[in-house]
Amino acid sequence: MPDVLLPSADEAYSSPDAQGFFGPYGGTFVPETVMPVLAELEAAYRTAQADPAFAEELNLLLKDYVGRPSPLYRADRLAEATGLGAVYLKREDLNHTGAHKINNTLGQCLLAKRMGKHRVIAETGAGQHGVATATTAALMGMECAIFMGTEDIRRQSLNVYKMRLLGAEVVPVDEGSGTLADAVTAALRHWVERVEDTFYVIGSVVGPHPYPAMVRDFQAVIGTETIAQIAEKAIPRVDAVIACVGGGSNAAGMFYPFLHDVPTEKRPLLIGAEAAGLGLESGKHGAALTKGSPGVLHGFYSYLLQDDAGNPLEAYSISAGLDYPGVGPEHSFLKDEGLVRYDAVTDKEAVDAFALCTRTEGIIPAIESSHALALLPRLAAELGPDAVVIVNVSGRGDKDMDIVHEAGLGVD
Amino acid sequence: MVAYVMAGYPDRAGSLAALEAVARGGAGVIELGVPYGDAVADGPVIVDAGKAALANGFGLAETIALAGEFLGAHADAPPVALMTYLNPMMRLGFPRVATLAAEAGVSGFIVPDLPPDSPMADRWLVESEPLGIDTVFLAAPTSPPARLDALSTRSRGFVYVVSSLGVTGERDELATGLAALVARVREHTTLPVAVGFGVGTPEQAAEVAKIANGVVVGSAIVRRQGDAAELEAFVRALVGAVEG
Repeated sequence: MPDVLLPSADEAYSSPDAQGFFGPYGGTFVPETVMPVLAELEAAYRTAQADPAFAEELNLLLKDYVGRPSPLYRADRLAEATGLGAVYLKREDLNHTGAHKINNTLGQCLLAKRMGKHRVIAETGAGQHGVATATTAALMGMECAIFMGTEDIRRQSLNVYKMRLLGAEVVPVDEGSGTLADAVTAALRHWVERVEDTFYVIGSVVGPHPYPAMVRDFQAVIGTETIAQIAEKAIPRVDAVIACVGGGSNAAGMFYPFLHDVPTEKRPLLIGAEAAGLGLESGKHGAALTKGSPGVLHGFYSYLLQDDAGNPLEAYSISAGLDYPGVGPEHSFLKDEGLVRYDAVTDKEAVDAFALCTRTEGIIPAIESSHALALLPRLAAELGPDAVVIVNVSGRGDKDMDIVHEAGLGVD
Repeated sequence: MVAYVMAGYPDRAGSLAALEAVARGGAGVIELGVPYGDAVADGPVIVDAGKAALANGFGLAETIALAGEFLGAHADAPPVALMTYLNPMMRLGFPRVATLAAEAGVSGFIVPDLPPDSPMADRWLVESEPLGIDTVFLAAPTSPPARLDALSTRSRGFVYVVSSLGVTGERDELATGLAALVARVREHTTLPVAVGFGVGTPEQAAEVAKIANGVVVGSAIVRRQGDAAELEAFVRALVGAVEG
């Protein structure tokens, strides 16, 4: 494996423009107080990106602390069960802390240190980003506060305990539906108060510029490794690459190198799996790209679940990590441009895929990642029995035991 | 003295009564808040009032209609500026927002999440300025000179200085360094300067009035919106303190 390099700042494809727009999406829509701080952050990020010492420090942590590269595992029993020629799983679940989130928190916390900030805050839904941030803060000796909705605290109590154990303060957010969107708002409000000494570690490709591009770049290690592993394993053809999309960071990290480095004619079908919750017509889902319309939330312009007056709607998904009414602006751009397809997966399909992956491969995927796995049987029908598909298993499912049990995956 | 009133809170009639009360109390400008579900710049009092108003079916269109009714009924009413987040404006569409607001007699807009240097600001100003609607941009303690220049150049009517870091709401004490901040802003503009965020008592208002042309009081007024008589007396006390 070659060392993983951060993508350069001057590539042709979809680096957002100078004001942070991917086509019409993205931008910076925040109170004036934070505007100068975002400008400082962008400058610091560009400097770090151009500094080989930064890449070296990050790559060493990714290798020795996270355990990268994560394997690209050939899942033959899952392929057989879903009627596909081959299925490869990109094992982000094997990362330290159990998900892709740590790729980004290490990058951002290193940047925070460079900027002289010793206190970090973060929002979390499923708790994976909260745990990754708390872990990184412990590693780097930083003060850490994690904002988490009360409903998510209920759904993900194990991760709450982990964060506290790691020395982070978990701040319960009892507004709205007590889920990810409310946690983001609370973290943004807190940040406005403490911008001078606090770095906001956003966990997905959302928020005001430069976060969507920066988080994507830190997660691009996933796709970069995958492309190298395809070559290494001499896999002659890949028909599709799937990743789940809430805010969309694991998908952006997987897709971006394919969009950037692989010529169109050789590029596999890229598919994002959104949360259809109880069904797209039920009104209880998190499918911003499939059912939303463009609007501004949390500082950026993107597809959004909103009412006629422009208020954000409450999203719903069995998966706390996909339970978000917006989506990263780059995904909105990729959808409009037809460069990535976005399909929606219900709670039930995700739970079925969770069970199937667990029982055919002995790999317990996160309920978020199970949304991506759920597309496998559909792709078999669409692409035929010889199709070769890569799925990004963005995290492990240990945290989801109670949820899948409640959803009826009893063990007799 | 700039008085912030939340539209539709505690209900439509109550907010109309509150507009009349702050006008009778002598407010020089009324800032009419538009209820929104993700009020990221606001503290608990305004957030909760906004949620109650949302539950009453209030949004940007209803707020503009309320302003129109108030201004239409009171020829001597103070100018009304709407304080709204960006997304309700985008949802209704900038041209329609500008037209409806101009028809209602609304004087200006304050949009806390619309930066003056954003392409979205260009698109809004192209619609609003020809109709005589002023847009007020906000200056913060963190704003460097270049941003103060940009926001002052684009502001019309006055420049709104955010007194301290954080969201709207009453604070025990005024921010330290406020006088220096106002002085810094004045280096970049000849427009009047109003100070808001964290001003909640007549004593604080009197302090701010020594250095600024205007004082914005929000949460302390919204808390009294259920009782028009008390609200009028409170605004009168604020105005008295400001005019000292």
